[in-house]
Amino acid sequence: MDRNYFELFALPTGFEIDIPSLSERYQDLQRSFHPDRFTNATDRERRLSMQQASIINEAYQVLKDPLKRAQYLLALKGIDVSGESNTMMDTSFLMQQMELREALDDIMDAAEPLEALENFTADIETQIKELIQMLQGHFSSNTDESLSQAAGLSLQLQFLYRLRDEAEDREEALL
Amino acid sequence: MALLQISEPGEATAPHQHRLAAGIDLGTTNSLVASVKSGEALTLADQDGQHLLPSVVQYQQDNIIVGAAAQQAAATDPHNTISSVKRFMGRGLEDVQSEPHGYEFIETESVPRIRTVAGDVSAVEVSSHILANLKQRAEESLGGELQGVVITVPAYFDDAQRQATKDAATLAGLKVLRLLNEPTAAAVAYGLDTGSEGVHAIYDLGGGTFDISILRLNRGVFEVLATAGDSALGGDDMDRAIATWMAVEAGVDLNDAYLSRRMMNEARRAKEALTNADSVELNVELGEGRAWQGSIDSQQFNQLVDGLIKKTLLPCKRALRDAGVSVEEVNDVVMVGGSTRVPRVREKVADFFNKPPLVDIDPDKVVAVGAAIQADALVGNKPDDEMLLLDVNPLSLGIETMGGLVEKVIPRNTTIPVARAQEFTTFKDGQTAMAVHVLQGERELVDDCRSLARFELRDIPPMVAGAARILVTFQVDADGLLEVSAKEQTSGVEASVQVKPSYGLEDNEIERMLRENFEHAKEDVEARKLREQQVEADRVLEAINAALAEDADALLSDEERATIVSSLDALQQARENESAAKIKYAIELADKATADFAAKRMDASINKALSGHTLDEFK
Repeated sequence: MDRNYFELFALPTGFEIDIPSLSERYQDLQRSFHPDRFTNATDRERRLSMQQASIINEAYQVLKDPLKRAQYLLALKGIDVSGESNTMMDTSFLMQQMELREALDDIMDAAEPLEALENFTADIETQIKELIQMLQGHFSSNTDESLSQAAGLSLQLQFLYRLRDEAEDREEALL
Repeated sequence: MALLQISEPGEATAPHQHRLAAGIDLGTTNSLVASVKSGEALTLADQDGQHLLPSVVQYQQDNIIVGAAAQQAAATDPHNTISSVKRFMGRGLEDVQSEPHGYEFIETESVPRIRTVAGDVSAVEVSSHILANLKQRAEESLGGELQGVVITVPAYFDDAQRQATKDAATLAGLKVLRLLNEPTAAAVAYGLDTGSEGVHAIYDLGGGTFDISILRLNRGVFEVLATAGDSALGGDDMDRAIATWMAVEAGVDLNDAYLSRRMMNEARRAKEALTNADSVELNVELGEGRAWQGSIDSQQFNQLVDGLIKKTLLPCKRALRDAGVSVEEVNDVVMVGGSTRVPRVREKVADFFNKPPLVDIDPDKVVAVGAAIQADALVGNKPDDEMLLLDVNPLSLGIETMGGLVEKVIPRNTTIPVARAQEFTTFKDGQTAMAVHVLQGERELVDDCRSLARFELRDIPPMVAGAARILVTFQVDADGLLEVSAKEQTSGVEASVQVKPSYGLEDNEIERMLRENFEHAKEDVEARKLREQQVEADRVLEAINAALAEDADALLSDEERATIVSSLDALQQARENESAAKIKYAIELADKATADFAAKRMDASINKALSGHTLDEFK
């Protein structure tokens, strides 16, 4: 089976995705392939169903998340952004990230650290939304130039995701 | 000579036969068995009309007593009477010694064992005696042999605890259709009852374990979004908190196993009585004719258990976060487990979720009922059923890397089944072997995670450091059990292990125990094996015939079909044979003959599954 994840869900290969249809198709596929549907089948069919259900689960995880979806699309186009290479990073963005990270460290000493963390996370969420908007534009242009822009943006998005995770970890530590 | 019944190709054998299946809630304090009878899932009672089986086993010199009678013996024979054994499942000596229990544990090579007059027993064996009791109850009540069971486990159980549960079922002679997470089972019972779509939180506080699951119900699909919990926190801990307080008040210590049991029993009685009373009189015999009398009121009780309840709220917060759901988005909170009868628990949970929790379904029975509904579907009694359960793995799975760090391969709360692969490389020139250490847990350091298994990949061709490409694949099945394989990509050298937890029974130990069980039951092992293979042959015949009926015309040439049919004929003949080995071999041949057909069917199913949708809708 050489379907890509979009084809598996019978959705057009592209960054823009209709989440409700994605979820509906996911459920339809699992209704057919989940191992619970194969408890009385032969061992071979049970094994195949587990493998197929695993692929469907993985595909769903990738398609439903904007960052993973962007990385997957770029990989389909032969552009690898999963590595740690910073060559595509914009210097001003890196500076900004360092500042945000310092701000996060300072929050822990703030008078109301939980409230400060909430504001911080809200700010990151806004930036994430903006980046996703920009990614959408670059993917729909679909030129070499715009795809290379998209690769840079997806790296930036990855940074923001990590920062958000760290903020959440710290929130948990404070509770 | 019996006539062979060979069904017409394409005609399934006995399609509407009702198969007997049951759901089992193997609890810390009590266990239950339920089954679907005439379309309704009900818990089954014993001869005395009791539904709850106390999860207590008393070992006598030549007798094993399970349930209420064993529970009564606990205070007079504490060393040979095992209760709350679920807390020891899949655990090593260090784990079991960290909590007070009053048993004498013996360290063995595989699992710790408890010393009793009937010999040393592992937690798996004790659990298997409870399961065997429920199996007998179900078979007497349903009037036939069970074809399969669904056994529930706490969602937060790790790989070792799940494997131990499955081993206990094998020892009890049960075929496990699925290990089902307890909160998910509760959601099935509850959701099918009320038909309410949306996001639900299942708060499950049992005798010894706590789970919180956040799940979404949509069109018959129960999708678990996240789960969290504590596999060693429950009503037992409340009893212990009260008993410890009582001991201080009475000026005694709890090192004496007999006194400790009496204190725990009285503590439990007080806890239960405080559900409907503001204050309870306490009375404990201290021994040597002395007794202690006192009383406890709700205020004192709340003070004792508030810390424990608080420990359940942090996992609630984490589960909501992992699910990406806010408290406001939770439609309702369902209370499961006997410990949710405690008014203070209800009060604190209501505060946290900002809505009164639902308590209208019997919190003791709801898990077994849900398990019975799934067992009925899995065994094949409801072929057109729309219900589907999508669950998650509760804890992150990873691998040890340089410097004692854990690299996560599958993060917690990933929907199962799931397969993930990660590439590693050698770090020395000419390195020909690589040790793979599999871990489960959220922390970064190996020492802070639970070690699941270690294995070695050997015969890697010598190369310069960093040139070998070793792909390690983790596959978690629908029971939440892990299998790991490793392959060096340039040479194709492979190694694969079914994860046998560091504290688990070896396969040969299970085999030996099974033999001993049979000797005890005076049942012939060979006869049993033959019967198992015959059942398996019937299952395979039925499955392949059904597949042929559905898809042979569309997917197979006449020649391909003839090959499959002749392998089925051979299997049918072997099935009438008296040799388990011959049947097994015929099953393998039939499996080989249908390999391509099975793959074609999978592929065709993808198109079928989405036949309602086409790409054109979006163009």
